[in-house]
Amino acid sequence: MTENKQNVADVNDIVVRFTGDSGDGMQLAGNIFSTISATVGNSISTFPDYPADIRAPQGSLTGVSGFQVHIGADQVYTPGDKCDVLVAMNAAALKTQYKYAKSNATIIIDTDSFKQADLEKAQFQSEDYLGEMGIDPDRVVACPLTTMVKECLKDSGMDNKSIVKCRNMFALGLVCWLFDRDTTIAFNYLKEKFAKKPGVAEANIAVIQAGYDYGHNTHSTAQNVYRIETKEKKVGRYMDITGNKATAYGMIAAAEKAGLKLYLGSYPITPATDVLHELSKHKSLGVTTVQCEDEIAGCASAVGAAFAGALACTSTSGPGICLKSEAMNLAVIMELPLVVLDVQRGGPATGLPTKSEQTDLLQCLFGRNGESPMPVVAATSPTDCFDAAYMACKIALEHMTPVVLMTDAYIANGSAAWKLPKLAEYPAINPPYVTPEMKDTWTPYQRNAEGSRYWAVPGTEGFTHILGGLEKDNKTGAISTNPENHDLMTKLRQEKIDKIQVPDVEVIGDKDAELLIVGFGGTYGHLHAAMNEMRADGKKVALAHFKYINPLPKNTAEVLKRYKKVVVAEQNMGQFAGWLRMKVDNFVPYQFNEVKGQPFAVADLVASFTEIYNK
Amino acid sequence: MENKTYEAKDFKKGQPRWCPGCGDHFFLASLQKAMAEIGIAPQDTAVISGIGCSSRLPHYMATYGMNTIHGRAAAIATGCKVANPKLTVWQVSGDGDGLAIGGNHFIHANRRNIDLNMILLNNRIYGLTKGQYSPTSPRGFVSKSSPYGTVEDPFRPAELCFGARGHFFARAVATDAAGTVEILKAAQAHKGASVCEILQNCVIFNDGTHASVYKPDDRKKNAIYLKHGEKMVFGENNEKGLVQDGFGIKVVTIGQDGYTMDDILVHDAHCEDNTLQLKLALMEGPDFPIALGVIRDVEAPTYNDAVEAQIEEVSSMKKYHNFEELLMTNDTWEVK
Repeated sequence: MTENKQNVADVNDIVVRFTGDSGDGMQLAGNIFSTISATVGNSISTFPDYPADIRAPQGSLTGVSGFQVHIGADQVYTPGDKCDVLVAMNAAALKTQYKYAKSNATIIIDTDSFKQADLEKAQFQSEDYLGEMGIDPDRVVACPLTTMVKECLKDSGMDNKSIVKCRNMFALGLVCWLFDRDTTIAFNYLKEKFAKKPGVAEANIAVIQAGYDYGHNTHSTAQNVYRIETKEKKVGRYMDITGNKATAYGMIAAAEKAGLKLYLGSYPITPATDVLHELSKHKSLGVTTVQCEDEIAGCASAVGAAFAGALACTSTSGPGICLKSEAMNLAVIMELPLVVLDVQRGGPATGLPTKSEQTDLLQCLFGRNGESPMPVVAATSPTDCFDAAYMACKIALEHMTPVVLMTDAYIANGSAAWKLPKLAEYPAINPPYVTPEMKDTWTPYQRNAEGSRYWAVPGTEGFTHILGGLEKDNKTGAISTNPENHDLMTKLRQEKIDKIQVPDVEVIGDKDAELLIVGFGGTYGHLHAAMNEMRADGKKVALAHFKYINPLPKNTAEVLKRYKKVVVAEQNMGQFAGWLRMKVDNFVPYQFNEVKGQPFAVADLVASFTEIYNK
Repeated sequence: MENKTYEAKDFKKGQPRWCPGCGDHFFLASLQKAMAEIGIAPQDTAVISGIGCSSRLPHYMATYGMNTIHGRAAAIATGCKVANPKLTVWQVSGDGDGLAIGGNHFIHANRRNIDLNMILLNNRIYGLTKGQYSPTSPRGFVSKSSPYGTVEDPFRPAELCFGARGHFFARAVATDAAGTVEILKAAQAHKGASVCEILQNCVIFNDGTHASVYKPDDRKKNAIYLKHGEKMVFGENNEKGLVQDGFGIKVVTIGQDGYTMDDILVHDAHCEDNTLQLKLALMEGPDFPIALGVIRDVEAPTYNDAVEAQIEEVSSMKKYHNFEELLMTNDTWEVK
C-alpha cells in the first residue's frame, strides 16, 4: 500500500482529532478510524468531546463536536494531550479546536466551509483565517471537500442533504491515506452497519475511496505518510468498548454469575444515561430496566428490587447521588445489596454536565446522615469499568451492602480495545442466603463470619421478616432505641465494611523511586503516561493507583510511607488526599489538583511532578 | 401447591403501639382479615410502608415487609413488584407520606399501573410529628403549623388518582370492618394499581375529622355504599337516591318530586370514562353523601405484566441469551 508514496515515516504513536458541527458525523468517522487501527493490532484510546448544546446553530462556536483517538504501536494510556492531525470540517471547528493541535500538526480543512458567512459565524476578522490563527499554510491540507463529495455522488440519486452528510467519510478516507490504513476494514464496517440500506453503504464507501484517492493524488500537500507498526501483539478476540458500555456489561456478567435477575432503576442524566440505554436493550438476558419518575425513585425502586431478590442497581451522576442519598442510606441500615453507579461530571449543582471531574468522592464516601459506611470502588479506565462493575456487584451481594461504583465522564465516554473476557475466569459470587436448617433460629440481623446479614428472599417459607429505616435490635430485629444496641449496631455495620477483602494496591515503575505518584479512578491513564515520560527522562518514579477506595487496600499505609516524596494527583481540591490522611497517620503528601472539567494533560503533570521531584 | 387456608392470626405479629382509638388499629385488623380471606400465603406477601404513624403497620404483620423512608413506599414497592412479580405487594401510606412527600411516586405508580394494592390512610393530619396540617386538611384548618388556619386547598385523593389515569379507586371508613375488608379484597382482585382510601380518625390531633361517617348510624344518613350494577340508594331506610341532573348529579327522595326508583342511577364501576365516577368520589356533606365502596374498577394492562411479556417476546426474537453470546453481537476482531 505504501508504494508510490513519498515520505513514509514510522512513528510510535499518533493522535487524530476529528472536529466539526455536532451534526457532521465526527464521532462516527473517529470510531471507524479507531476500529480500523485496533483491527491491525494497534493500541487505541479515544475520547469524544461533545458540546453541551444538543444542536447549536450550524457553524457556531458552541456547536463544535470532537472525537480524539490515540493510536500506538505500544500500549497507549490516554487519548493524548494534543493531536498530530486535526480535521476541522468548518471555520468554527478550526477556531475552537486548533488549541488541541501540536505546533507541527497537519490540519485538514474543508475550504467550502470557510466562506465569508462561515468565517463571520466563527468570529474571524478577515479572510486570512490561517494567518489569524498563526498556522503555517504548508501544514494545511486545504481541500474543497463538500464540492468533491457532491461530485462523487452526483449520479447516486441521493438528495443534496444526504450527500452532504457523507462529508465525514471523505475526511476519514483522507486520514486513512495519511496513516496508510487499509480501507477495506472500513468498507466492511459500513456494509454491516447499513446492511438494510445498501445504497447508503455504497455511497459512504465511494466517498471514503474518493478521500483516500484525493490524498494519494495530492500527497505533496502533506509532509508525511505515517506508519504505526504494532510492536507486541496480544493475541485474542477484541472489541472496542466505552466505559459506560463496559459498566453495563459488568453488571450483566455479575448477575449471570450470581444466577440473579438484573434490575436497574434509573433516571436519565448526562453522562450516565448510556448505561440505562445499554441495559434496556438486553431483555433477552432477562434484564429489567425501569426509567423512573425521578432519581429518588430510581434508587428507591432498586432497594425494593434488592429486597425482592434481584441484583439491583441504580445509575446516575453527582446531582443524582444527592437525590438518592436517603434511599442509599436505607439500604445501609437494611443491609441489602445495591450498586449505585456515579458517572462523575463537573459540579457543583448542574455544573458542567458533559465534562469530567473526580469531585464526588467525599459525597460518595460520606454524603449521608448518620454513620453510614459504604464500600466505594472507582474504575480506572474504560475497559476497567467492566471489572470494577463486576467487583462492585460481588461485594454488594456477598456482604449485603450498598456499594458506590465511581466512574467519570472521561472514562465513561472514552473507549479502548477490550479483550473479550471469559466469565468462567471471573470469581464466583455467593450471596449469604438463608438455608432451610436456619429456619427455627434465624433472626433478621444474624450475621455470618464476615459480619454480613443473611438474605431471606420473599417467597421463602419460614423467614418472613420486616426490615426498615429505624434502628433494629441486634438479636430480635425489632425496632430498638436502646443506647447500647445502637452503639453495637453502628459498630457492626462499620466492621462489616472494614472486613471486606480487597486486593493490595499495586506499585508500578521504579522500586527505588524518589517520587511516588498516587491517584484513584479515571486518571490512571494520564498518571501512567506521566510516569513513563519521567522515567524515560531518567527519573526514578513510581505510581500507586487506587481502585478500591473504601475499604482501602491493607498495604496502603505501608506503600505511602515507603517513598521519600508522594504526590496525590486528582481532579478535585484534594478529596482523596484528605481521605488518605484520615486513614494513614502522619501522611503529608504533595498535591496536584486541577478542576477544569477536562482530562489531565500529561505535559502539565510531568512539569508539576518534575518540580516536586527536583525540590 | 397445596390449597392452604388462613386465618387473620396467621398474619398477626406483635403488639401495635398506636394510640388507643387510633384508626390504624381498626384498619390493621381488617387488613389481616382480608388477607386471610384472600388466601395468599404470608411468605408470598410483602407489606411496604413509608414513614408516619400508619407506616408502622408492617411491624405488626407476619409477612415480608419494609417500613422504609418518608414518601418512597410506592417507589420501593414498584421495584419489589417488578423484580419479583409473584409477590403480592401492599403499599401502606398516610396522607402526608403518600400525597405530600410521596405525591410524585403516588401518581406515577397509578399512571404506570403497577399491580400494587395502595392503601391511603387518610386522617388529614401529621400525627407522628405531632399535629401539623396535611395535604388533605381542608382550607382554613387550624393546626400547630397553621395557627390562623391554612390558606391552601387540599388534594382530593380520588381526583389525584383519576388525574394520574388510575383504574381502581375505593373508599372505606376504618371503623367499618366489613366495608374495609370488602374493598381490600376488591383491590387484590383488581390487576393493576388499586388505591383504597381509608377514612380514619386521629384521636389526639384531629379528633372527629370523619365524624359524619365514623359510626354506623351516621353512615346510614351521610354515606352511600356503591356497588357495581346496583341502584345508588342510601338513607336510614334507603329512601334517598342519586339521579343525574344536567351535567351533575343530585340527591332525591324516592317518591318525592316525581322521582321513582326508575330514575335512580345504577353504579358502573367498570365504565372506562371516569366522569361520573369522579363526581361520585368527590361528593361531600352536607348536601351529598360520602361515597364508600368500589367507585372505579376498570381493567387495563399492568406494567409488570407488560415488562414480563416484553422480556419473553424479545427473548424469542433475539439470538443471544447469555453474556458470552452478548459479547459476540459486537463488531469484534482477532489479533493473531
